[in-house]
Formats: sequence, structure tokens, C-alpha cells
Amino acid sequence: MLNRLSTYFYLRPRVVLALLLLPPLLWFLVVYIGSLITMLINSFFYLDGFTGKVIHEFTLATYAKLLDPTNLQIFRRTTLMAACVTVACVVIAFPLAYFMARFASPRMRTLLYLAVTLPLWSSYVVRVYSWKLILAQEGIISWFSRLIHIDWLLDLYLKLPGIGGPSLSVSATGIFLVFVYIWLPYMIIPIQTALERVPKSLLEASSDLGASPSQTFRTVLLPLAFPGVIAGSIFTFSLTLGDFIVPQLFGNSSYYIGKAVLVYQGTAGNIPLAAAFTMGPIVIMVVYLLIARRLGAFDAL
Amino acid sequence: MSDDKAIEFRNVSRTFPVKQDNLIGEVKAVDNVSLEIHNGEFFSLLGPSGSGKTTSLRMIAGFDRPTSGQILLYGQDVSNLPPYERDVNTVFQDYALFPHMTVGENVGYGLMIKKIARSEREKRVDEMLDLVQLLGFSGRKPAQLSGGQRQRVALARALINHPKVLLLDEPLGALDLKLRQQMQIELKAIQKRVGITFIFVTHDQEEALTMSDRIAVFNQGRIEQIGSPAEIYEHPLTQFVAGFVGVSNLISGDTARRITGSDVQFSIRPEKIHLDAMDGRPDPETFSAEGKVRDVIYLGLYTRYLVDLNGGGDLVVVEQNLKTTSMDVMKAKGQNVRLSWKKEHASYLGG
Amino acid sequence: MPSKIPAQPSGERASWGLKLGAFGAILFLHIPMWLIFLYAFTTDESAYTFPPPGLTLKWIPQAIANTAMQDALFLTIRVAALATAAALVLGTLAAAAVYRHDFFGKEAISFMLILPLALPGIVTGIAMRSAISLMHIPFTFWTIVIGHATFCVVVVYNNVLARFRRSSNSMIEASMDLGANSFQTFWNIVLPNIGTALLAGAILAFSLSFDEVIVTTFTAGNQQTLPIWIFSQMLKPRNRPITNVTAMLVVLITALPILFAQRITAGHSDSEGGSK
Repeated sequence: MLNRLSTYFYLRPRVVLALLLLPPLLWFLVVYIGSLITMLINSFFYLDGFTGKVIHEFTLATYAKLLDPTNLQIFRRTTLMAACVTVACVVIAFPLAYFMARFASPRMRTLLYLAVTLPLWSSYVVRVYSWKLILAQEGIISWFSRLIHIDWLLDLYLKLPGIGGPSLSVSATGIFLVFVYIWLPYMIIPIQTALERVPKSLLEASSDLGASPSQTFRTVLLPLAFPGVIAGSIFTFSLTLGDFIVPQLFGNSSYYIGKAVLVYQGTAGNIPLAAAFTMGPIVIMVVYLLIARRLGAFDAL
Repeated sequence: MSDDKAIEFRNVSRTFPVKQDNLIGEVKAVDNVSLEIHNGEFFSLLGPSGSGKTTSLRMIAGFDRPTSGQILLYGQDVSNLPPYERDVNTVFQDYALFPHMTVGENVGYGLMIKKIARSEREKRVDEMLDLVQLLGFSGRKPAQLSGGQRQRVALARALINHPKVLLLDEPLGALDLKLRQQMQIELKAIQKRVGITFIFVTHDQEEALTMSDRIAVFNQGRIEQIGSPAEIYEHPLTQFVAGFVGVSNLISGDTARRITGSDVQFSIRPEKIHLDAMDGRPDPETFSAEGKVRDVIYLGLYTRYLVDLNGGGDLVVVEQNLKTTSMDVMKAKGQNVRLSWKKEHASYLGG
Repeated sequence: MPSKIPAQPSGERASWGLKLGAFGAILFLHIPMWLIFLYAFTTDESAYTFPPPGLTLKWIPQAIANTAMQDALFLTIRVAALATAAALVLGTLAAAAVYRHDFFGKEAISFMLILPLALPGIVTGIAMRSAISLMHIPFTFWTIVIGHATFCVVVVYNNVLARFRRSSNSMIEASMDLGANSFQTFWNIVLPNIGTALLAGAILAFSLSFDEVIVTTFTAGNQQTLPIWIFSQMLKPRNRPITNVTAMLVVLITALPILFAQRITAGHSDSEGGSK
């Protein structure tokens, strides 16, 4: 009878806990943690260049390959891109987050919040796709620059080495723009949350003590928004490091970490190298988190 | 006879593990408590927060189980029965109404679980709502009710099963003073009508004194004293009870020896003390002390005097303003006075 | 206002510069989505010409009739449905364990569950690819589902746990007190109270799975989910008009349920806040 079973469980809360916890715990330990461990194991194997087969023997040779100049260049390029994207996201996100937290009416704030989160949840691929339309040679940006007669400026910009290319759609600038667009909501929300937590009385106290608005902004508001900026930057930084869709679609032939991983595991069949490569963003993120903690970004959280 | 005992605690203890500074220790929420509650009583568990009264209640309900000892419900050991197998119902402090159900569904929940037919259920729900004066509210949702109304729904929901014992966990705490006083009277009346044993947890001594047949005063997991409101108030057995229930003068040491001739600590209620001029002689049937009025506080219904005793110590005295006005009482300030009280009004405190 | 409070920090109202910045950011986030809708109707077949040379409705029936797109769509829906179902069970169990019990390592549970979503998708992807390769697991429908379920658990978990924490603690006790055993309490009290949280969590999990490309790339083998199909169309455009229409359909399929999910969770907290 159900009553008896229920009583059995009621008197044994530890059994209930075990039954509740076992399925999710088992799933995560086997599927997720297990996979991470196989990734680690794989990164110590190597690919036999002649047979194209993965040799299951312990070696550090695969990690040594990461130090090739070309691979180091990939890490440098990706980290630089992630840093630029993060800075741009902060610059664009801050005014909106500040406006939402300080000036918007509750109703307006709800609307803006929805406007920020909706892109976050809607299709990633489609949002990337939309920039294929925008950045195309015959697309809206070219049209607009012709409209206001600055197409010569655009052409000049595209001729710049490193950031230019045949069209915006095939350039580092293109990659940069798409990344900023895709990850921007991840920056807006943490900053907004951090700013919202600053009590109004604190700002009033500051101006009471004779600080000008701009001084208040610089000395009170910015430091308090800092944890939000760091939290947001963790997202933008880490997501940029690991993405392969955008560089695949918008870049020229230069590799980024994600794209390299994809190519190594796919066409090359070199899963050990791909696994070792993936340790790159993990290590970079750990270092990043340590620096952030050193700067006191988590104290206020 | 055992039938007379609704609830019996036999050496009940409940300890909780606590973690502090990475040390795992234990805290004794209820410490070796023995207690009998009679059939049909209105019984209060009174004490400050953390004194063990709520844990005791939760053990009677079955939400918690004793670490050691036994709890008996009408002679049956229920220590290890789940809540749904005890003939006991609870009115919760936050009412715990089910937000997704109407008032009628809330009240009828116990009957629905017992698979009572709908028509019978509705009839009894209406009877209960009538009892708590909420007839016609059956279709509303809890969110549409006031605090007092939710309280009544919680009461009706707990009473509909005709439990052997009804537990009330500070049910009036969230109400404002006026409503609280009204509900105190009403609860007492409902208890008389349904004739069920009520066990009432409160930290409000006035509430306990107003409503209870008997009171158990809890402190630090133990019971300090059990008795009728009059016994508890007139003859507190411990310093804690004297201080927690009502206002008391506590006298000990030299001052006590000067007054009673022994240094056993005793308490005396301010309203039992007479305030006289220094003329005349002290009545041998009374204890008396002399002093000087330091302060007079006029409070309308009564006046409170603060008297410094000659030779040290002070006493609070309260007198009703039966014939006096504020003008009269204020004159007392600075006067030498004699304080006296009947010997039987002093309570000698152990411990 | 008759008298203004002096020295309001940074002024009572937002400066024009700030408003412009805020408004600009919103436009930046949303204009690209509008373009998706515009291009679904362009007559231009071979390029992304702006402004469109003409508008037409003819691509919509063609896109819907496209079998490659249909196959991808149905695969995606089946994957998302199963991943959501698994996430619902696992997420709810984990939330109940964390809410009702105290145990060693409780804080680590939330951390572990969010990891697949917080770490770059490529980490989860390549980790699963490693496991598949090391264990010689064939790429199947199920490898996709398992990968998706893993990162969907946390959205269900978060939603359900938040609802548990907002509900009155003593409701479960009240139900048992009134004679209901654990199963009756779950059915009559717990389930109705977490119902909308489950629904919202399910919607979010579904759309998360519906959109996913990165992990899927590593767990799908040759199978094409809809996002992967769109991705391949972007790499080698074969049929631009069909892709344009599909992109619009995907936006509609994912955005509308999300708005709905926001509504049901927001509505709940409103009514709860109002009653307190």
C-alpha cells in the first residue's frame, strides 16, 4: 500500500535523498565529468601521421605541438579578439545598463529587460545569419555608406592590413562586429544588476559631501559597477574563446581556437590535438578568473 | 486513567547537529521534557524563541521526531508515526494555505484525502466556514483574503477532520493588536464548542494567561513550570518565570534578609504592594519596608511608583487610580513611604 | 515641481547622450532580427542585395515543402523533445534534493549543473567527442539527445528551485498534517505549485536544445539538425531564399514560446508579491 511505502520513506530521509540525487548525479558524473576526463586522457595520446590513427600511449608530444609558432599565433589572435570584444561590449552595454538601473520607470525597465533577454534566448545561428545579410558586399552597410557618400571611407578601411579584407563579411572586423552583437546581452544584464544594487542613499551621500555628478559617477558608481563588468566579461571572454561558428563564417583563412579544434577533430581526425587545444581556453579562463578575484571582483558578489 | 491524558511526553529530547567554525556539535532544542496534557484542555507552551516550545509542537504533529524519549497520544506511542497517521491537526504560523486551491478546497482537503463524497464534503465545509464566520467565502482564493480571514480558514481546515488534538503554532502573531484580542476570545469560544484539546504555542505571556487552562513555561529546552495562569502568575517557582510572565520585583541577598529575615530570593508583583504614609505601625501579617519615592509615572488607569529602599535596593509599585488624579499622585514624589504586602503574596524562588 | 531637491546626483533625468546610447544599444540588438524578416520576402535569389529588388511570398511554401529542411526540422524537434523530457526529470529531482535536504557538497551541485552551460560550448563538445571516440560509441540520434539534455538540466533546475524557495515552507507539512501521504502530497500540492515553473523550464530547455549548434557539431556525426542545416547553408549557400525563410521560422518558433515562458513566470511572482 502506498501509505506504508510513504511511511517507509518518511522515516528514512537519507534514502529519499539518495533516490532524488542519484539520477542527476549519476548522469552528470558519467556523461559530463566522464567526458571531461576522456578529453583529458585523449590529450595525452597522439596521432600517428602515417596511419592517421590515434595511438593510445601516454605522451606530452601533443601538448608540445601547442607551442608551434602557428598555434601560439592562434592563441594570441583569439585572446586579443576576446579582449577587444569584451571592451566593446562594456562600452556599448554601460549606457543602456545605467539607464535601465537608474532612470527607467519600472514598466520601462521590464520592457527593456525583455528586449535585452529576448535575443539571448532566440536562435544563435539565425542571429549570426542576420549579419551575413548585413555585412555582405551588396548588403545594408554598403548601401548606407553609399547613401551618405562615405563608401570611399569604407573601401579605405577594408584596405587596412589585419583588420580589413575583400569585404566586411570576410574580415577580422566582421568577426569582431558579430561577436559584439551576439554576446552583448551577457554584458548588459550583470552590469544592470550591479548598478541596481547601489543604494540611492549612497549617491546622495556622495553629493551631500560635495562631489559633483561626474565625481560621484567616477568615484562611487564605477567602482560599484565593477563586479558587474567582471561578471559580464567572464561570459564575453569565455564565449569568444570557444566559438567556431563566427570565425568559420566571417573570417578569412586565419584560425581561431574554436575553428582549429573543429578542424583538428573533424577533417584531420586528430582528437588528441583538439583535446589539448581545448585546454587552452580552460587555462586562459582560469587565469582570467584568478586575476579577477585578485582585483576584488567577487568581494561584492 | 490513561484516557484522560491527551498527550504525554516521557523524557523527550531532541538534538540538532550544528556546524560552527567547522566543528560539528549539537544543540539540545528539547532537553529531557516530561509533560502531561489532559483531555479537553486549552494548554499553552509559553517561552521565548529558541526555548523548545515549537520543536515540542512539531514533534506532537509528527514533523519532527524525538532523539530519545516517547510521545503518547491518548496512550498510543506515536513517536515514530508520520503526520498523516496521527489524529492531530495543525494551524501554522504562516497559515500554509494552498495558494492554488479555493477556500472551500483548502478546508475540504482533509476530507478529499479521506475520499469523502463531494456532497458530504461540501456540507461539512460549509459547517466549518460557518463556525469561523466565513460562510460564503468558499469560492475565493487565499490571496484574496485578509490576514485575519486566512487565519480563520486555516483554523477551519484543521478542525474539519475532528482531530483529537489541535495544535496552534503562534497563529495570532501576524495579526494586529485589536484583531489579536478579538481572535483570542473567539478561539477560546470555538474550543469550548468543539471540545477538542488545544495546544497553543506562543511567546506572548498575556495571550497565554488570557486563553489557557494550563501553561508550560519553556526555557532553554526545559520546562520551568507548569500550572494554571493564576499559579504561574501568583506563584512563579523560578526567577525565569517571575521575570518572563508579567512584571515582578526580584529581591535577594541583604535586602531580602532585612525584609523577611532570610536571604532566600523572592518575587513580589508590583500591584500587590501597598504604599502608605510613614505614620502608624506595620501590620504583623505583612512584610514591610521603608523608602523614598524616586519617581512617579502616571499611566491613566494606574500609576507606577519607583521607590528607593532605605538601606539599598528598589521596588516598583503599581496602584490603581481609583480615587486619585494625576495631581494627587505627583505629590508623592520625594516623600518617605512605607511599603507593605501580605506574606503569602511573596513567592520564594528556587534555583 | 515647485521646489527641486538640490544637488540630485547626475540629475533627475537622463542626459540626451545617455538616452541616445541606451536607445542605440537596443537598436543594435534588434535591427538584425528585423532584417531576417525582411529578407524572407526578397525576390533576390542569389545575393543579399539591400534594399531588396522586390518582395514576394513565393518562398514560404517552397521552404515549407523543402524535404531537407523538413528532415532537419523534425530531427531537431525530436531531439529537443527528448532532451527536454530528460532535463525535466533530472532537473526537478536535483532541485528537490537541494531544497528539501542538507548534505555534504550541496553547493557543488548547482556549480556542476551550470558548468556545461557556463563553459564554452566547445569544451562540452570536444569532451563528448573524446568520449565517443575513446569508447567507440557510434554517432546516433541518442548521442545528440544525451549531449543536449546535459546542458538543459540547469534551466529546469533553476526554475524549479526558485519556485520551491518562494513557496511556503510549511505547505508540504500542512498537507501531510491533513492526512495526505507523500505521494498524495506530491500529486495534490507540490505538482500544482511547481507546474508553471516546470512549464517555463521546459520551454527554455526546448528552445536551448532547438538552437544548439556547437555541442551538436561534435555529437551528431552526419545528421543535420536545423541549426546545423542553416550553418551548412551559410558555409555553402545553395538555396538562399529557402534559408532566409527558414531563419525567420526559427525565430518565430523560439521567440514566441520564450515570451510565453517569461509571462507565466513573471505573472506568478506578481501574484505572489501582491498577496504578501
